[in-house]
Amino acid sequence: MPRITVTVDGITYEEEVEPRLLLVHLLRDRLGKTGTPVGCDTGNCGACTVMLDGKSVKSCSVLAAQADECDVVTIEGLGRAGELHPMQQAFHAEHALQCGYCTPGMIMAAIDLLRDTPDPSDEAIREGLEGNLCRCTGYSNIVRAVRRGAREMSGETPAPATGGEVRTS
Amino acid sequence: MTEQLDAGLVGRQIAESDQLGDPKDGREVGRARRRKEDARLITGRTTWTDNIQLPGMLYVAFLRSPIAHARITRVDASAARARPGVVAALTGRDFADEQGSLPCAWPVSEDVVIPDHPPMASDEVRYVGEAVACVVATDRYKAVDALEAIEVDYEPLEAVLDMTEALAEGSPKVHEAGNQAFTWKFSGGDAEAAFRDAPVVIDRTYVQQRLIPTAMEPRAVVATTDGGSFTVYSATQIPHILRVMLALTTGIPEHRLRVIAPDVGGGFGSKLQVTAEEVLCLLLTRRLGKPVKWTESRSEGNLTVHHGRDQIQKISLAAERDGRIRGVRVDLLADMGAYLMLVTPGIPLLGAFMYNGIYKMDAYDFRCTGVFTTKMPTDAYRGAGRPEATFAIERTVDELAHELGMDPLEVRRRNWITHQEFPYATIAGLTYDSGNYEAATDRAMALLGYDKLRAEQADRRDRRDPVQLGIGVSTYTEMCGLAPSRVLGSLSYGAGGWEHAAVRVLPTGKVEVVTGSSAHGQGHETAWSQIAADALGVPFEDVSVLHGDTAIAPQGMDTYGSRSLVVGGIAVLRACEKVKAKAAELAAHLLEASPDDVEFSTGTFAVRGTSEGKTIQELALAAFAAHDLPEGFEPRLDAEVTFDPENFSFPHGTHLCAAEVDTETGMVRIRSYVAVDDVGHVVNPLIVEGQVHGGIAQGIAQALFEEAVYDSDGNLLTTTMADYLIPSAADLPDFVTDRTETPAASNPLGVKGVGEAGTIASTPAVVNAIVDALRPYGVNDVPMPCTPERVWRTLAGAAPPGSTAAGRGGAGESEGGER
Ligand code: FES
Ligand code: FES
Repeated sequence: MPRITVTVDGITYEEEVEPRLLLVHLLRDRLGKTGTPVGCDTGNCGACTVMLDGKSVKSCSVLAAQADECDVVTIEGLGRAGELHPMQQAFHAEHALQCGYCTPGMIMAAIDLLRDTPDPSDEAIREGLEGNLCRCTGYSNIVRAVRRGAREMSGETPAPATGGEVRTS
Repeated sequence: MTEQLDAGLVGRQIAESDQLGDPKDGREVGRARRRKEDARLITGRTTWTDNIQLPGMLYVAFLRSPIAHARITRVDASAARARPGVVAALTGRDFADEQGSLPCAWPVSEDVVIPDHPPMASDEVRYVGEAVACVVATDRYKAVDALEAIEVDYEPLEAVLDMTEALAEGSPKVHEAGNQAFTWKFSGGDAEAAFRDAPVVIDRTYVQQRLIPTAMEPRAVVATTDGGSFTVYSATQIPHILRVMLALTTGIPEHRLRVIAPDVGGGFGSKLQVTAEEVLCLLLTRRLGKPVKWTESRSEGNLTVHHGRDQIQKISLAAERDGRIRGVRVDLLADMGAYLMLVTPGIPLLGAFMYNGIYKMDAYDFRCTGVFTTKMPTDAYRGAGRPEATFAIERTVDELAHELGMDPLEVRRRNWITHQEFPYATIAGLTYDSGNYEAATDRAMALLGYDKLRAEQADRRDRRDPVQLGIGVSTYTEMCGLAPSRVLGSLSYGAGGWEHAAVRVLPTGKVEVVTGSSAHGQGHETAWSQIAADALGVPFEDVSVLHGDTAIAPQGMDTYGSRSLVVGGIAVLRACEKVKAKAAELAAHLLEASPDDVEFSTGTFAVRGTSEGKTIQELALAAFAAHDLPEGFEPRLDAEVTFDPENFSFPHGTHLCAAEVDTETGMVRIRSYVAVDDVGHVVNPLIVEGQVHGGIAQGIAQALFEEAVYDSDGNLLTTTMADYLIPSAADLPDFVTDRTETPAASNPLGVKGVGEAGTIASTPAVVNAIVDALRPYGVNDVPMPCTPERVWRTLAGAAPPGSTAAGRGGAGESEGGER
């Protein structure tokens, strides 16, 4: 069995893996990283999205063996020193999740989207998140959240949240 | 950094952002609170059922029938047992003595046929995907590997796929008793008279295609036992109903069964079920004495999670030439699939009371025939019967408008119940308590820019623009808040529609709310906290909400049918009021005042006209200490309530969709979508808006994208997410949403429910828009889903603009006319 060394959320693991073991199953079943869920078996839903060496991948479409010598960041390792990542904060503020099943993958994909396009248009956000499916939200608030996350990550002060009622702060 | 500290920090950041949306009056209800549930969901600390690992856990995989209809002549699992890691390989015969029959809780009629439905088939399979054997192994890969070593011999029988053919003489039978599951009739007024000599009669046939609910979390079950009692974790909407049904099905005594719905990743009705896998996992843990886990793959789920819709609707509408509706007749064929599951036959009947929509009429006649086919059973999917009804009436009213050359909104105005007429007893026997269709419609028209778009439409028609513009209207209502128990009884449903809540003020003044409602994305923890915070005068942060575990919340009727707030939320409010009454009694005793002189305001009980008072927190501690209590006062500040609603609630609204249809490619683009909903008073506008967004998306998906397709042998072709197309962000527009508010008269919060509204309203709005765009081509229907190919084919068979040829529809029989 191949032996791999992989860093996940800052901790380095040495694991013996079957060649066919999927990265998402390594994360979930072996390393207890259950923050990353599985939503399909054809690479369509994006629920399993993680960062692999800084780029988003669908961890159900990557073999654990391919992650040898790689650095993996999951939703659990996203916030630093106990602080929420601005994108996590933005999803909360804009009510961009309901059941939350798609959320870890959606947040990872959104962060990756901003790497290439720091100030995306609504259309670019919608196109950029095409590989991440959400059945609950209808996406409107996800688009708002990504916009908000983009503003915060670029250091701008965020405008008040756009959803729901007029707010005072 | 420890996990706990980490969580604390996260909690603080979230609390800070929750300050957004400060209420003007200090009240929590009505405030756009950020959700409490989010903290764990955005950080990956969720407990999905598949996350649960128990010592010694074994993994289950099912072998499923690859044939729609066949007799099983041999199953041999012995070779699988020899595979590495395999603990057991079992067939239907192995479970024969203990598996019982999966329940149908809704025997809708005297003539209903409820066939035996073994969780694992042993003699005959009736749909592709039916379980015929299983493997239990030490890991999930090994379990799946060993399935290939199981041998099954099938003797194929004829598949039964088409409902009309299934009812014809000489059709192959799904079950011995035949293919008719039930017939059900309902009428109000004299339909004969309404249709006799009617100046206008519109006859249409609409097909509600079969849908796959597709909650993002696949189903999963974990079952474990200590030898005497059993715990089942399931990704379910209905832990309480499941517990009762598992006990009845397996004979395991109910008091030895605990069911837990941990975090559940969406349901939309699909997890309102008692499934084969839940029963079999329970039996496996009993048999093997080890915890077992089963998690479905998406392809397995598309095959075996119950499907939704699948009806053929014949609808006739009789009207005067001025547009006034005289009556409506509906004749429905509803595909049950191969078996009647938990509420399968009741689903089309939930629509029976809604085909009259928001309109006044003299007569209404409804009949429904349930039909067995060799497909996955159907059951609840968001809206459950009501989207189908709303689609049919809203499409038909548009047809009437076209027939009369009137604006579709004008026809509606001439028929709808005006706001002065509430409460209004409808022809279908319901009493609509409140509403204002005028207000919602006016607002929606303004937001859409209705008149301007109509002008643009006329211009494009004149120019023969290859891209035509259509405006779709849907003025819907729905019955929510399922349901008054006596009504459910009169419809032969097997249970009641009450909900339970318990409220405890703990010695430290913090509050626990226990609810029988079982949220799976709806935000109950937040909304119930808002209700309790106002009612008890405690901080929102001091309330926690417990649910989804029959050991923690022993009573409940769970979450479906837009019932949580209207039934469960009211139960919470009532329980708070009971607690307050106790607290007032204790306060009066401690303050040596008469209970009548004690007043409550923002958490303090004070003697009228004095500054003397006790806070609810002080009273909770005093009750706990129990040193000085009134005579007969139990030393705790808590209460329980079981609330049974007296009526349904009736949210309504006007949805308008502007769609561009490219007549050369058949491509439909939604240009703008406006939804103005009246869901009564609102507890949390953010949550309401989210529910509306998600609902609209699912309704649009039915109109444009989704269909479960079976081939002529009964194989499901849409087994993956690559074939069954749920919309992505790129497929959907932004939605413009607003609300009008007429409080529900039937409950003290004035709330109506919102979970299904968007889905019910949006499908006809979209299809009406497409048809409206194509009217100049003589098109009067496009079958759903209105894919580019369907639109293009409809147009290809249609008359060119300007010709006088008869109308053209894509869905078979479709005619309208003056008589
Ligand atoms: S689980 Fe990886 S894309 Fe669906
Ligand atoms: S929030 Fe439920 S799937 Fe996206």
